[in-house]
Amino acid sequence: MGEHTVTSFDDELEIIDTLIREMGDLSGSMLGDATRALLQSDNALAQRVISDDAIMDAKQRDLDEKAITLIARRQPMAQDLRSVVGAIRMAADLERVGDLAKNIAKRVGAVGQRVTPRSLSHSIETMADLVNAQVSAVVENYVSRNADALPPLRAADEKIDIQYTAIFRELLTYMMEDPRNITACTHLLFCAKNLERIGDHATNIAENAYYVMTGDQLPLQRPKMDETAITGTGTSG
Amino acid sequence: MNMLTDAAVEQKLHSTSNEAAIKMRGKDVTVHYNGKQALFGVNLDVPEQQVTALIGPSGCGKSTFLRSLNRMNDTIEGCRVGGEITLDGDDVYDPRIDVVELRARVGMVFQKPNPFPKSIYENVAYGPRIHGIARNKSELDQIVESSLEKAALWSEVKDRLNEPGTGLSGGQQQRLCIARAIAVSPEVILMDEPCSALDPIATAKVEELIDELRENYTIVIVTHSMQQAARVSQRTAMFHLGYLVEEGATDKMFTNPDDKRTQDYITGRFG
Repeated sequence: MGEHTVTSFDDELEIIDTLIREMGDLSGSMLGDATRALLQSDNALAQRVISDDAIMDAKQRDLDEKAITLIARRQPMAQDLRSVVGAIRMAADLERVGDLAKNIAKRVGAVGQRVTPRSLSHSIETMADLVNAQVSAVVENYVSRNADALPPLRAADEKIDIQYTAIFRELLTYMMEDPRNITACTHLLFCAKNLERIGDHATNIAENAYYVMTGDQLPLQRPKMDETAITGTGTSG
Repeated sequence: MNMLTDAAVEQKLHSTSNEAAIKMRGKDVTVHYNGKQALFGVNLDVPEQQVTALIGPSGCGKSTFLRSLNRMNDTIEGCRVGGEITLDGDDVYDPRIDVVELRARVGMVFQKPNPFPKSIYENVAYGPRIHGIARNKSELDQIVESSLEKAALWSEVKDRLNEPGTGLSGGQQQRLCIARAIAVSPEVILMDEPCSALDPIATAKVEELIDELRENYTIVIVTHSMQQAARVSQRTAMFHLGYLVEEGATDKMFTNPDDKRTQDYITGRFG
């Protein structure tokens, strides 16, 4: 895509793109830190994630303001219009990723030093890695305008859902084994749910980015396999 | 003279309700000015009771195409139009066609408001009078009133119909020209940048009017304002260097055009 006749228009679009990239990077580091803080019971690291969320919120407001000013000033069309509207929506998703990472960080103290079984921390770690890879890949492919990579990434969210279902089952087992695990396991369950939701936001970003780049919407149906509801009723009986 | 041929009747009968009938059709239209080619094989359908916007950079041929629809190009020396342009299936360049009647059916509104140096009343009454549309004074009064009403100007001028049309504001003058075009009951109204000399409020009034006129008339508008094309039209055709680059639903053209030249032009990346 060539440059605009009015070059400051390009600069304004570039600034918005940079903000999306920064928010993507920040969400990645917040997510990584929150998971590490949880698995290593590192309260100081958890506090950093909580304070990082304020930076994330400020960046989102900054982006919103710049995007709205650009619309008012330039009245963008076609690709440019999709780009600006898409950025506003992606920023909202990234801001939510930050909130969910903060929520994980807030639970670090509550889970405490209680012995989390090795296999469990391994499952959470695997899930966090999957989610983190998903968020970074989506943002990366948006920034490099690689539309072809997005549909497979969106489909890959299914792996996260499957992992979530596995953790859900595992946590239920620990709670049934020893009721003293219930508090910690419930918090961990929320953490896993947060990770799963972050995956959903990454999916939204992928869909948005695809629309921005191609002008086409990805089909509504996406492979999905959330078995918790089924398993939940099964185990309660 | 009855210009409706069997083919046109056929076409009308077979057009389905969800697909607008084709009012005018350009087929392989070429235009030369003194041997220099300005339009290259343009194929464009103008659907009935819709607004079709023609966009493109200066010199792209959009006004040339517009002017060839009611043979305004005939007035330009050295201009030669090739291909076929039909109105309800009839060739408008057929030698048997009465050009005056054609221009009554396919009216035109120009870039700069050009009221006659006569009263507001006479500006509107002129067309119906020379075409013999009104049988008596009261019928003519009726036409003048309804035309001014349709052009959303009646309430502003009804008490000063005898004042000169040139004394109105720019926006009012343009609506007076639209009323003048409507007065002879055209089927198609061609507009060549009708708002380029108007302020934003007058522009909004003319755009509102275009939207209302669409109920009864087929409109083709040439505009340099992307936003205006996006606001008022249902179909948009993009011209570049004498070629029709792309044509389609306006909603799609301004969010996701197919052709890179359209994309570049509407996003301000041309040149």
